[in-house]
Amino acid sequence: MGEAIVITSGKGGVGKSTTTANIGTALALKDQKVCLVDTDIGLRNLDVVLGLENRIIFNIVDVIDGNCKLQTALVKDKRFDCMHLLPAAQTNDKNDITAEAMKDLIEQLKPDYDYILIDCPAGIEQGFSNAVAGADKAIVVTTPEKSSVRDADRIVGLLEKEGLNDPHLIINRIRKHMIDSGDMLSVDDIVSTLSIDLLGVILDDEDVIKASHHGEPVAFQPNTKASISYRNIARRILGESVPLMSFDEEKGFMSKVKKIFGMKS
Amino acid sequence: MNDSKQVVLMKGTQEGITVYLNDECSFEQLLNELNKKLENSNKEDRTELILHSQYRYLRAEQKKDIREIIEKSSSYRVKEFQSYVLTSDEVTKQINNMSVRPAIRNVRSGQVHQVEGDALILGDINPGGLVMATGNVYVFGKLRGIAHAGTNGNKECVIVASYMNPSQLRIANKISRSPDYDVEGSNREFAYINLENDMIEVEKVNYLPKVRRNLIDRLERGIENG
Repeated sequence: MGEAIVITSGKGGVGKSTTTANIGTALALKDQKVCLVDTDIGLRNLDVVLGLENRIIFNIVDVIDGNCKLQTALVKDKRFDCMHLLPAAQTNDKNDITAEAMKDLIEQLKPDYDYILIDCPAGIEQGFSNAVAGADKAIVVTTPEKSSVRDADRIVGLLEKEGLNDPHLIINRIRKHMIDSGDMLSVDDIVSTLSIDLLGVILDDEDVIKASHHGEPVAFQPNTKASISYRNIARRILGESVPLMSFDEEKGFMSKVKKIFGMKS
Repeated sequence: MNDSKQVVLMKGTQEGITVYLNDECSFEQLLNELNKKLENSNKEDRTELILHSQYRYLRAEQKKDIREIIEKSSSYRVKEFQSYVLTSDEVTKQINNMSVRPAIRNVRSGQVHQVEGDALILGDINPGGLVMATGNVYVFGKLRGIAHAGTNGNKECVIVASYMNPSQLRIANKISRSPDYDVEGSNREFAYINLENDMIEVEKVNYLPKVRRNLIDRLERGIENG
């Protein structure tokens, strides 16, 4: 029986779809059976991030309306056999499906997968209710900006109301130098404001944008900082305890030597 | 009871004239006696009366009747009604308004935590969160949202927080807000209305006994009584 995790943020543009695609990829790399469900009906883009746009024939609304079987609508990922995508419809809107229908759908998926990742649309309206309806757990994505932390706080409250207590937090697009100069909220500030468990932090990295552009999640790359962060998040979801990656750039040979001798670099 | 034979007894006290109304006779008899007593009163006397109905509960319309008789047949004015009895509704209301309502939660953006009595919150109030209490607000956590104490208009109420960095403080009908620039909050502070200039002021908690002695008395008594 799989576990359904909703990935949500309240505010738009903080990287929900990118996070969903990358956690999915990282879990698939760990040989987990993963199904990604895009619930952003009318504004789908999880398929684009994954590079699967051309393969879509049926979508989630077709399944709910009974136009096709659930298995027919699932799109197999081009890199992994164990990862599937249930795409959102582009022509309908969020009010065309109900929370109950969504819940049934997730229940149908659960026996066949280890993880079902639900990509939630921005906002707190019907789309949000639909996305959280079938979820067992929640991940809240935020960036170190005040507005997005404020929305994340609101979302945590709404999730509690839906019975999804103790969601986990991912902080996306961290810029080390801006935090150091005091122009951006630090990880500690955000965690203390939201007071929920931190699942991982991801640096603001051009590689992520590049990878999305080419329809290939960054988590697939071997050694960029972002890909390691995403794979660490997947390992934490699987129950391993992985320490947070340090943001500090390695400065050179001498600093390494000093570190070995326990001197401050 | 003061002289049960007399239905209406007037007594001078420190606060003025208190009129004791017999609580065993019928209400009609009471009104008649009151009428009689007031007929030969001085028509120029504008003293304010305190009416004490002892162990009789007067309903709102009965109070209105008594007030009409007095103010028609004499020049006295009714200042207030007193009584030894209260209805259970009134008592419940008073108890509610005096109880401390604890809650272990964070009040997050968009959430409203509303209580009758004192709100005691073991958790944070985040920006965009709102706590409303008819009594005082105590926050054992970070107050970064809005706290409203004395929502029924009680200006004596205070807001106490372990960490005070609110976006707004409201007490009764007064509102104060943080400055537009970013400020660091501070630990263990409370906000109250300075009754001299009618403004909300924030001080360290150890200053609280100086401005709200009766609150401290009440709290300490509450703790002693378990």
